[in-house]
Amino acid sequence: MYELRGVTKRYTRGKETVHALDGVDLTIPDGDRLVIQGPTGGGKSTLLQMLGALDRPTSGEVVLDGTDLAGLPEAKLTRVRSENIGFVFQSFNLIPTLTAQENVETALVPLGVKPGERRERAAEALRSVGLGERLGHLPGELSGGQQQRVAIARALVKQPKVLLADEPTGNLDESTRDEIMDVLERLWNEHGLTFVMVTHDSAIARKAPRLATIRKGRITVTEKTGA
Amino acid sequence: MFFTYLRRELRRRRKAALVVASGLALGIALVIVVTSVSSGMNGAQDKVLQSLYGLGTDMTVTKAATPATGSAQRPRFRFDAQDDDSGKEQSSDHVLVQGFTTLPSSTVGKVAGQRGVAGAVGGLSLTVVKVSGQFTRGRIQQNQGGDQPGGYGGGPPQGRVAGGGADFDVNQYTVYGTDVTEPALGPLTSSKITSGRAFQKTETDAKVAVADSAYAKEEKLEVGDTVTIKGVKFTIVGIATADSGAAAANLYIPLKRAQTLSGTKDKVTTIYVKATDSQQIDAVKKTIQKNVSGTTVTTSADLADTVSGSLSTASHLAAGVGKWLSAVVLAAAFLVAGLLTSSAVSRRVREFGTLKALGWRSGRVTRQVVGEAVVNGLVGGVLGIALGLAGAYAVTAASPTLQAQLGGGGATGGGPGGPGFGGPGRQAARTLEVALTAPVSATTIALAVGLAVTGGLIAGAFGGWRASRLRPADALRRVE
Repeated sequence: MYELRGVTKRYTRGKETVHALDGVDLTIPDGDRLVIQGPTGGGKSTLLQMLGALDRPTSGEVVLDGTDLAGLPEAKLTRVRSENIGFVFQSFNLIPTLTAQENVETALVPLGVKPGERRERAAEALRSVGLGERLGHLPGELSGGQQQRVAIARALVKQPKVLLADEPTGNLDESTRDEIMDVLERLWNEHGLTFVMVTHDSAIARKAPRLATIRKGRITVTEKTGA
Repeated sequence: MFFTYLRRELRRRRKAALVVASGLALGIALVIVVTSVSSGMNGAQDKVLQSLYGLGTDMTVTKAATPATGSAQRPRFRFDAQDDDSGKEQSSDHVLVQGFTTLPSSTVGKVAGQRGVAGAVGGLSLTVVKVSGQFTRGRIQQNQGGDQPGGYGGGPPQGRVAGGGADFDVNQYTVYGTDVTEPALGPLTSSKITSGRAFQKTETDAKVAVADSAYAKEEKLEVGDTVTIKGVKFTIVGIATADSGAAAANLYIPLKRAQTLSGTKDKVTTIYVKATDSQQIDAVKKTIQKNVSGTTVTTSADLADTVSGSLSTASHLAAGVGKWLSAVVLAAAFLVAGLLTSSAVSRRVREFGTLKALGWRSGRVTRQVVGEAVVNGLVGGVLGIALGLAGAYAVTAASPTLQAQLGGGGATGGGPGGPGFGGPGRQAARTLEVALTAPVSATTIALAVGLAVTGGLIAGAFGGWRASRLRPADALRRVE
């Protein structure tokens, strides 16, 4: 479970100070599916970085399962990321020189999984997203939708507690978007993980059971009943 | 994963990798060529010195320089004009001690008894100036007084000297008196007997000689022939060919004979010394100079300092310009490799940021970057070694000839010089020609590999430092 208390993040650009997050309080229970919306520059990605232990807040607490991430040293933050958090990015962020299977394996490397087991688990993860036939393909040989499936497999292969997705359908056409959302929803249901997704897509936002909106660093959460 | 990732990245960035590797290759090749040429020059210098010293000689002992007394010997030749028309050839040999200074033979024993001396042997270097030819008297031709236009009639008969004259040939050659009982030391050791035999230990006073092959060829001498030195006939028992450079002398004769010929009984010009430990030569030199007064000790290092000519110039060039140029090119190559690697990391910010987001530690990402750079360095090393070997091979194949001039004190006035080199100030000028080679040693190759790895590590350090400072959030923010 995430608990954010008074989280503030300020950036300095030249002489100007930007308040990306301004006293955010938020609770995300285990197994929750939260969609974050808001205008560009509103602080969505910054919030996701706080949740993903990619950055520390200027002030406030980001507590994950009782541990304040803001106070952890870099090595421990890295460990939290490698064990508990899966990421899916808008631009897929696959390593272009590695095959689909090897890309998925990169998520298991920091966990010290042996090569044989790594290969097996990566293949299984790819099969679960419907890419069992594309294990040896390089990212450049795959469509955008397929690349995002590889990225999803990479995020889930280590069986994280949390899946964070930053506009995962932002670079995809409509039919592929639906396909990817179906995959994500299925996996969320199957794995019972906490799923936080940033999106501009209103169609996706409408389906979310909880919707958080960020504007100028401030957050408002809308609970939907029956969504 | 490390090696898979490494292999794929290097294949993907072939061109960039090749640029980095080529820069390093150039620097490494230059180092190999300069090092091997330097080593070739040292070898050439050693050959030059060896031709003077012989194998195994660590230093020579000669008489310390003393001010000229003015009574130095000068060659005098006396010929009588022939009374008849026989045209009989006259000749006169003058045997000079090279350098005009000698040491008593007992000094050899003194030197041999010094601490750190494994062996000492004396030798006598001589120059023989042989003048031979005919000298005929002129004849007085009588003139009739009346025949002289405007002459005085009735005077005594007028006459003038006509005919007569001289036809002389001057031949100068060097003779070395060698201690036949100690064949393992001295200048003759750098020559091989290619015909006939060497001296026997019993031939201490025998009228036998060994001729240098070049001199024998010039004078058409063969084993069994005789040469006459100052009226003494010596039988040639062997022909010796110098291993490298020029021979120490034209003729070698037993030491005792040489002393008799030159009238320097129990004297030697040079003592050849072998030290027990080649690392202790300077200490042995000091000991001899301290304990055996009136001597000058010259080590091969001292003698090497007196080498001049194109060999010396090239040697200085290699040591100076060559080494600096190599250092500058290497430093530039390292810098360029570092900057290119750093710039490659900047282009891969998203890639490394993603890996960090996935939980890769900074150290693992840095190792990946350093690994790629080291492989680039090694590829550069292989290319550089190939290029360097080709360069060294080209130098050896071309074998440019270098001239080495030794000494130049001019005590004996030119000529092919002799083996009796004393202190640098009293050395006879001697010019030798040596072919330059560029031998590549295992040490040079090891140095090249070391440089390649260092180059890779330096480049990796640039890139690794950049990668380690990368924060995953920054990396992702920059590209999202």
